[in-house]
Amino acid sequence: MKLVNACGRACPEPVLMTKKALAESPEGISVTVDNVVAAENIARFVKGKGYAVTQREEKDAICLDITW
Amino acid sequence: MTKGLGARKNLVGIGVGVAVGVVALALVALGNPANMGFCIACFLRDIAGAAKLHSAAVVQYVRPEVIGLVLGAFIISLIKKEFKPRGGSSPMLRFVLGMFVMVGALMFLGCPLRMMLRIGGGDLNAVVGLVGFAAGIGAGVVALNRGFSLRRAYTQSALEGALFTIVMAFLLVLWLLVPSLFALSETGPGSMHAAVGISLAAGLIVGILTQRSRLCCAGGVRDALMFRDFHLLYGFLAVIVTVLVGNLILGKFNLGFEGQPVAHNDGLWNFLGMALVGWGSVLLGGCPLRQLILSGEGSSDAGITVMGYMAGAAFCHNFGLASSGAGPTANGMVAVGIGLVVMLVVSVVNKQKEA
Repeated sequence: MKLVNACGRACPEPVLMTKKALAESPEGISVTVDNVVAAENIARFVKGKGYAVTQREEKDAICLDITW
Repeated sequence: MTKGLGARKNLVGIGVGVAVGVVALALVALGNPANMGFCIACFLRDIAGAAKLHSAAVVQYVRPEVIGLVLGAFIISLIKKEFKPRGGSSPMLRFVLGMFVMVGALMFLGCPLRMMLRIGGGDLNAVVGLVGFAAGIGAGVVALNRGFSLRRAYTQSALEGALFTIVMAFLLVLWLLVPSLFALSETGPGSMHAAVGISLAAGLIVGILTQRSRLCCAGGVRDALMFRDFHLLYGFLAVIVTVLVGNLILGKFNLGFEGQPVAHNDGLWNFLGMALVGWGSVLLGGCPLRQLILSGEGSSDAGITVMGYMAGAAFCHNFGLASSGAGPTANGMVAVGIGLVVMLVVSVVNKQKEA
């Protein structure tokens, strides 16, 4: 699964990076962010596209597995 | 499930928008200038004046609303475990972009939040400003889609993250203990304000609420354009509708272009001023209100941006760039023009190849 590291990115870059990565790997990706707002924004965006999201808390980071 | 989550977020956004509108109306009723319950640009300009960074005698006051916004965001982010000390994302660029956002805001006479309050008061010049704001956001969206980035921030020390809040709290205490250090307006908008405790409480409440709802005046239009995501826009519209209804009830609604409070009716420069604000705000990742909230949440990048706003405000008044009720100044027009060129250059040059 394609990995995207969006840690430290300001709004709306994490969502934009997710959007671009999904355009390249429509079957699913894994995105790492370091704040709740970015995680919320990505989850809302991909759910709107029909993807499923599994969220894992890691040390200082949140990992979102986005699958079709 | 997904729909339920989205709908709840929308309701939170709308609820907070209504609350911000009500607090803004209350602040005007209790002494703030008309259509200026909140104005992040005006209030930072007033604070810069109070600290004698500029000497425009009519706009000097330590606005407790701003300090309350930062403190409120700081406190709620600590409680919600969302306080994260972070920084290092192009601080110098942020400072300069912040300066020019202020140049645009003081051309128009208001930040995006005051633009909304002005629309709710019937000021049609602010509708022209909104069209410019949306155009500027559109330019920023093009830049983002073409790979613009201020690069990533990194985790910083707790002190770095808390320092902006500490400075704001210190400013409040210093002003209350030794008011003679500061310049305070005796006439003009700077002399019009609600009582200190009320202003501070209003800032705290709105700081807490907008930290939770993530309200961002630039984010609403931006996300609608980029992602067809309208949830921030609902909060934005809720503020306008609330203030509109409130002003109608209070008999303060005054529809038109002429004779609007702390405003001018030069359409072209209202448009261009807010276009500069919109463009800069998208590059910076949020409107002035949102930058204050982020600075309270531990972002020293946002803190630097706010310092840029204040420095910009000081230049605006020292160099005669800021508009007044009489209209824009020639110097201000040149500065807005330079600002738009700066936005273009930064948008084109500051790209980052994806890793």
